[in-house]
This record gives sequence, C-alpha cells and structure tokens, in this order.
Amino acid sequence: MYPSQPIASAVESPTITEETKSKDALDLPWQVVVHNDPVNLMTYVTMVFQKVFGHPKEKAEMHMLEVHRNGRSILWSGARERAELFVQQLHGYLLLATIERVN
Amino acid sequence: MDFNGRNGALEITEIDPFLAELLRQIPASTNPESVPAAEGRLFSAPAGPAETELCAEWKVYVEPELRRLFQGSTETVASDLQQLGDNEKPFDNCTLRIPREHSDAWLNALNQARLALAAKYDFTEAELCDHYRSPIGSRRDLSLFQVNFYGFLQEFILREMECGDV
Repeated sequence: MYPSQPIASAVESPTITEETKSKDALDLPWQVVVHNDPVNLMTYVTMVFQKVFGHPKEKAEMHMLEVHRNGRSILWSGARERAELFVQQLHGYLLLATIERVN
Repeated sequence: MDFNGRNGALEITEIDPFLAELLRQIPASTNPESVPAAEGRLFSAPAGPAETELCAEWKVYVEPELRRLFQGSTETVASDLQQLGDNEKPFDNCTLRIPREHSDAWLNALNQARLALAAKYDFTEAELCDHYRSPIGSRRDLSLFQVNFYGFLQEFILREMECGDV
C-alpha cells in the first residue's frame, strides 16, 4: 500500500554526528571452519558436530556433507574467544578446523 | 571376529592372532615418530598463516593440553589391550571387552592412529577408499589395512554408541 501523501515532510532530517568506536567494537566476528579430510569417517564427523555444537543429527549431517562436497563448512560465527574454544574442541576430536575472520 | 554390545560394554570376540596383533599396535601407531607430516596432522594449525600471533599462542597454551588429551586416550586403550596379553595359547583366538566409559578414548586413539599412519605413508584418497585392496605385500600395504581396520572398529563403536548399548 502506498501512502496517500508524501510523508517525507513529516520526518525531520536526521542529525548525523561523527562517532568513534573502540577497536573491540570494530572487531569483525570470527568463524569456525571445518575442512575436508579423507581419513576422518563421515559418521565420526557427524557425531563430533552433534557433541561440540549440540546440533541435531540432520543439521550435523548437512554440515558434514558440505565439508565432504565443498571442502569446507562454516559451523559457527561470533566472538573470537568462543570461536577459539570451538576450534580447540574440534582439534581434540582431531578434525581439521580453523578460525577465520569474517570478511 | 564378532562384535557385540552387551552388559554396558563392547565385546569383540574370536579375534584371530593377526588382528589381535594389529589391535596391540594401536598405541604405538598413535605416535607420529618424528614424522613431520604426522605430527602436523595431529597438531594442525588453528588458523591461516596470516594469524601468526594466534598460532604462536596456540602452540604454547593449547597444544600441550591436546597432547595430554591424546596421551590419556592412548593410555586407556593400552590398558584395555592388556587383556590380549592374557591369552595362554598365543595362537588361539581371543576376546576384548571395552567398557562403556572407554568408548570416547577408543574413538580418539583409533583416530590418532589412522591419521598418523595416513600422513606417514601419504595415502591418497583413492587408496583410502579402496577397501578391497589385496594382498598385503609391504609395510605400506599393511599400514593401509590397519587404517581401514581401525576405521571399521570406529564405525562399530559409533553404531553401538548410537544404539545406546555401549
């Protein structure tokens, strides 16, 4: 539905003030990436995704198949500290996992 | 060789002497033996080469924890494998009982062994998928058989874990 008359006049132009953000606020999120590995069993990788990320089996299998077919899958993104913790858990299960900055 | 999940444990019965020997070799196979490729696979980089600081901190703080975790799993498996040494007649088939609470340690140690062997002998994806390769004519062939045999054990443990029997 279109408005019957222009509404632009009713809205005041926003005042833009220059903001400065801290380095942390500008810090882009990070992502946890799992890479393909011909040795790890598909069933094992699925089990690890269920355990580490709490995914239901269907979602864990979807990520496992993405790793298998595309060579990598992004399992999680967010704060660096938590991403590092996930990668540490994945390395504990001997999966090839890395933390990457989100571009 | 038969597999059964019963009484809260995974039981492998009728293990012939050859397969029993391969089972005994699990702990030794987890050792990367100063092979850089195997060491590099078991302790892979947590980030790309551009993240130098992150990778350096990982080496100092995380890698020792991972080493302890892997060592603990290997020790649990080595302890369970002592059952195979109890056989009075060395050429008789034997039985191995893996307690339910050791399943994760077994999965981990078997994975360490498979990854270390695959990296050490640089197996290709085609070789790893060729489950009917025979006969065993070299140490490399034997190692490929080991990788597949250990994978078979992992599949069985995972299936039993999923069924809830183990």
